[in-house]
Amino acid sequence: MAAPTTLGENLRAQGVSRRGFLKLCAATASMLALPPSMVPRIAHALEATRRPSVIWLSFQECTGCTESLTRSQAPTLDELILDLISLDYHHTLQAAAGEAAELARHQAMEANPGQYLVIVDGSIPGPDANPGFSTIAGHSNYDILMETVANAAAVIAVGSCAAFGGLPAADPNPTGARSVMDLVADKPVVNISGCPPIPMVITGVLVHFLTFGRLPELDEYRRPMAFYGQSIHDRCYRRPFYDRGLFANTFEDEGARKGWCLFRLGCKGPTTYNACATAHWNAGTSWPIQSGHPCLGCSEPSFWDGGGFYEPLSVPTTATATTLLAAAAAGAVVGGATTARAKKQTRNLVAERQPVTVEELEKKL
Amino acid sequence: MSELDRIPVVAEQARDDTQCSPLGLPASVNPILQEIRYALERLIANGEEHRIDLSALPCGPADLERLTELLGTGEVQARVEALGPTLIQETAVPGVWFVDYQDAPARRLVRHIEIALVPQMLRPQPQDLEAAITLLDARCEQETSGSPPQSREA
Ligand code: SF4
Repeated sequence: MAAPTTLGENLRAQGVSRRGFLKLCAATASMLALPPSMVPRIAHALEATRRPSVIWLSFQECTGCTESLTRSQAPTLDELILDLISLDYHHTLQAAAGEAAELARHQAMEANPGQYLVIVDGSIPGPDANPGFSTIAGHSNYDILMETVANAAAVIAVGSCAAFGGLPAADPNPTGARSVMDLVADKPVVNISGCPPIPMVITGVLVHFLTFGRLPELDEYRRPMAFYGQSIHDRCYRRPFYDRGLFANTFEDEGARKGWCLFRLGCKGPTTYNACATAHWNAGTSWPIQSGHPCLGCSEPSFWDGGGFYEPLSVPTTATATTLLAAAAAGAVVGGATTARAKKQTRNLVAERQPVTVEELEKKL
Repeated sequence: MSELDRIPVVAEQARDDTQCSPLGLPASVNPILQEIRYALERLIANGEEHRIDLSALPCGPADLERLTELLGTGEVQARVEALGPTLIQETAVPGVWFVDYQDAPARRLVRHIEIALVPQMLRPQPQDLEAAITLLDARCEQETSGSPPQSREA
């Protein structure tokens, strides 16, 4: 049998019936906050869509974002949705290594110019930083990022490091770490922040892109509104206790035992936007506040520098000037007329890129 | 998780005097009933179907319990096995159904109220129907050739 080419064919080949597919679409519409009347449109679009090529780049990160996505319990909707893409490069997951791995990335870029998606986890030492702080095959993260996004349809920054700089960018930011949106100016960038981000959000953005051919509506930090549109505090089941002024003051007191509000224990829920309260973690088992721990605010810019995790909130955490760029309108996929030019550009970028030299390392240290 | 059950949190009743609708129902339930009523009018008039995503509404468990109680239980119950169970329950109001989509370990994915003659999940999907005669013929052929018919694959 020929390799499946559309998502529908791919699902059929995996034994997913059309009723099962309909269920997948109903759940997806709900998670993207789309009305149930959109379910047939999602089903129709996904059935006919070809599996998009995805290149996943990992830079200064802890692999927690990949763990978040791949450690979900089988079989989940997230996994099924992930089967809808062609993950052509992910150096943590792929079998190929070394030159063969890099070749796979170049082939995916050349075969799908203007159409492939780039997912990035981890922050990047900026163009002014020592390029040797983080390299792949001797090339700086910055060069690899710029080369790979040059002909991408869109870039998805997964996790707070890629979205806002994260832990590597925390004061004093020794590696000059920058976020993807700091560096990529001419491509649609969507941020899926969180440390790690919720797997369902990653797959939700992919489904939206596949269904509508564009990124979902984004907030001021370029995060999808469907997941980051409301604060943790607004959706928290402990909110009635907050409203009545009933707080836990220590982790052992009566308030803690009775499940009262964790604000005085440092909860950042009022200034944090994410979907933990509704999506939950670990196969829907629980989420930090349900487990009795205050929200750390991990999906907000500069959360590592926002004061002590257990200090009650007094000032809202805010973005630094460099991370607060105006949200760009989501771009359409690059058209056929530019394809040849894009291919050539990719080859040129690969040919021109130079490995980091010892002199460079010494000079900039 | 048994540990979680020990957290002594009691679900708040959303209902209080200021929140009650003229019908004496929680304020969040009344708009849903209006939407169901309007959808029923359209179903009766021109067969138009409608779905309401209950997980997207700002209703607490107590509100949904009241809504379920009010709509009552009808004669039809069905279960569809496709990527986990989907439980379908007719309400006491003809044409109004609860459709509970669950994943393989039977966790709820989303719950809809569907206003339709028959819920979409129970009907054969159009592309499957197109292949129905070919499938029947293949099964008859298998029967006459002596090999046991295969159960229907996706
Ligand atoms: S626990 Fe946190 S998020 Fe929940 S109500 Fe209290 S302050 Fe808000």
